[in-house]
Amino acid sequence: MDVFLDTFLNPAVLAKYAPAILEGAVVTVILSVLIVLSGIALGTALACLRAYRVRPVSALIVVYADILRALPPLVLILLFFFGLPNVGVTLSASLVLYVVLTLVLAAFAEEIVWAGITATPKGQWEAARSTGLGFTQALGHVVLPQAVRMVIPPLTNRAIAITKMTALGMVIGVPDILGQATTAQSFSANASPLTLAAAAYLVLFLPFVIASRWLEARFSGPGG
Amino acid sequence: MSDARPGHPALQVRALNKSFGTFKVLTDIDLSVDQSEMVFVLGPSGSGKSTMLRCCNRLEEPDSGEILVGGAPLTGSGVNLNAMRQRIGMVFQSFNLYPHLTALGNVTLALRRVQKLPRETAEAAAREALDRVGLADRAGHHPAQLSGGQQQRVAIARALALRPEVMLFDEPTSALDPELVGDVLAVMRDVKAQGMTMLVVSHEMKFARDAADRVIFMDGGRIVEQGTPEQVFGAPREARTRAFLGRLHG
Amino acid sequence: MDAILAQFFNLEIMAKALPLVLKGLGVTLLICAVVIPLGLAGGLLAALGSVSRNRALRWASIGFVDFFRALPPLVLLIFIYAGLPFAGLRLSPFAAVTIAFFLNNSAYFAEILRAGLLSVPRGQGEAARSTGMSATQTLAWVTLPQAVRNVLPDLLSNAVEIVKLTSLASVVSLGEMLHAAGLVRSITYNASPLMLAAGLYLVLLWPLIRVIGRFERRIAS
Repeated sequence: MDVFLDTFLNPAVLAKYAPAILEGAVVTVILSVLIVLSGIALGTALACLRAYRVRPVSALIVVYADILRALPPLVLILLFFFGLPNVGVTLSASLVLYVVLTLVLAAFAEEIVWAGITATPKGQWEAARSTGLGFTQALGHVVLPQAVRMVIPPLTNRAIAITKMTALGMVIGVPDILGQATTAQSFSANASPLTLAAAAYLVLFLPFVIASRWLEARFSGPGG
Repeated sequence: MSDARPGHPALQVRALNKSFGTFKVLTDIDLSVDQSEMVFVLGPSGSGKSTMLRCCNRLEEPDSGEILVGGAPLTGSGVNLNAMRQRIGMVFQSFNLYPHLTALGNVTLALRRVQKLPRETAEAAAREALDRVGLADRAGHHPAQLSGGQQQRVAIARALALRPEVMLFDEPTSALDPELVGDVLAVMRDVKAQGMTMLVVSHEMKFARDAADRVIFMDGGRIVEQGTPEQVFGAPREARTRAFLGRLHG
Repeated sequence: MDAILAQFFNLEIMAKALPLVLKGLGVTLLICAVVIPLGLAGGLLAALGSVSRNRALRWASIGFVDFFRALPPLVLLIFIYAGLPFAGLRLSPFAAVTIAFFLNNSAYFAEILRAGLLSVPRGQGEAARSTGMSATQTLAWVTLPQAVRNVLPDLLSNAVEIVKLTSLASVVSLGEMLHAAGLVRSITYNASPLMLAAGLYLVLLWPLIRVIGRFERRIAS
């Protein structure tokens, strides 16, 4: 038991590296917020664009969404981080992580919001158009608000899953929670920083996981 | 009892044709509705009556033919469709209220976004329209909080508020519980009393007999017979009309 | 343009990398073959727990699921692979990957299967029990088949996520496809091996994604 405490919850090590992990937590939170905002905004914009059903545009959006959903994010992160500098584009590790996860979340968000748009009853379009609203107005004021409401639970789940992937930044040296913790672990030759990192992730993400459970129960309930 | 003004057509349909794929739904429909006239369209399901109605605001695109509203063309290229649709109110079988907006929000949306009225003006107009359908006190309710009859009355207010020249009703009471039908019909009667031009697809025979100025019977995508309610219900000329009415009376 | 071609689509380097990357693909598939059935089994147990009438069991199952849904899988993997050795427990990369992904996938599969179980009308189970079937028989022959059918697209989507997840094994030097491609990249300083791996992931997963989309549309309609 003592060995266990000494290895995973060593007070001296915990105290020494807590500030670094806190700094990492700030990086994780900032990246997560930016990724969620821009990923969902981009995905929603793409889904709206697809609603105009201009064939080549829709096809491009579908190909984009399929590829970004099929590729492991880590592959994209390595491609961006190691491949781009050789063609003259050098992005910082944090920026690579932000760009890749935003693009991935956008792909999933596009598919999810699009499903919401197609699930909105045709009568809603007709009622809006019959009062003289244009296509864009009907989409923006009538269809999209309903579509987004319908897909809040899957969108929340996907956003959580993808913001958790900020931990992948450790592989390219982003100083997020996991990055700080692995550095600390190798300096201290002790596993406590990893325990602290795991705890930090739980503190950050558990509320959202629980909230998503509540959202799902609420949205699938009677009268949804 | 008719307030209709013969010789002053509000809605004209000329040589309208429409197919879905290889299936001919409407064949050479000619129809004129005078100002303040209420015309009822009857017919078995699949007779094309709903499609004809939906062509009258181009929710269905006619294959050929001409539609005029107040003398202005609705069909053809170069028509400002959204502007024209302001002149044609539409009431749907399934209400199609926007579930994320209140009753007031449902009515004000087009007033604000299409007619570009300022919020206060739009809300005043919407409240007036809701008052006309007897739901001024429900302005802040969402559709889910209203009964079916109330929802349909809000939908009528949504169309009325735009001050259309013609209103189209597509089976407005078919989705309602029997005890809620009366309120909606009373509102329609009131709208007619105020001089609205109305084209109604419905199975409410008693209402048609009492309130309509003219009844049209459609079958197989054609207008088979038309006349006053007394003529069509009392002494139908065509065998198909007699068969249809006979089936209804069982 | 030439620089992009040379950096990302260098066929010569791709050809050299191919044998190693294909071997990596074999390891990727092996991990999937182990982890997907394990995750399904663990997920089913946790799902049954989470719909159980026993309050303690229900909360323990939900706690397990939420814990591992909140913890990034890479954190879990590094904790098991790099943390446990300090306590004297040294696992092979494969064992570490298997345990980490088992825990992670069980949580995700549990959540999906739970939704599936809840989607089956109560009367189905009651009807089966009324004919004398045991609780286990009822689950195996009546409830579970319907539950699985109702959430089949989600189960398949999660399987796709697991194939993508195996790429994390490269971080603990398990020689799966991304690790192999990364190795050749670090020797050649050229991103083409990574493109090759990306291409193989696409070949593997794109058809699945299309099929899932079709399933979803069929269920929606």
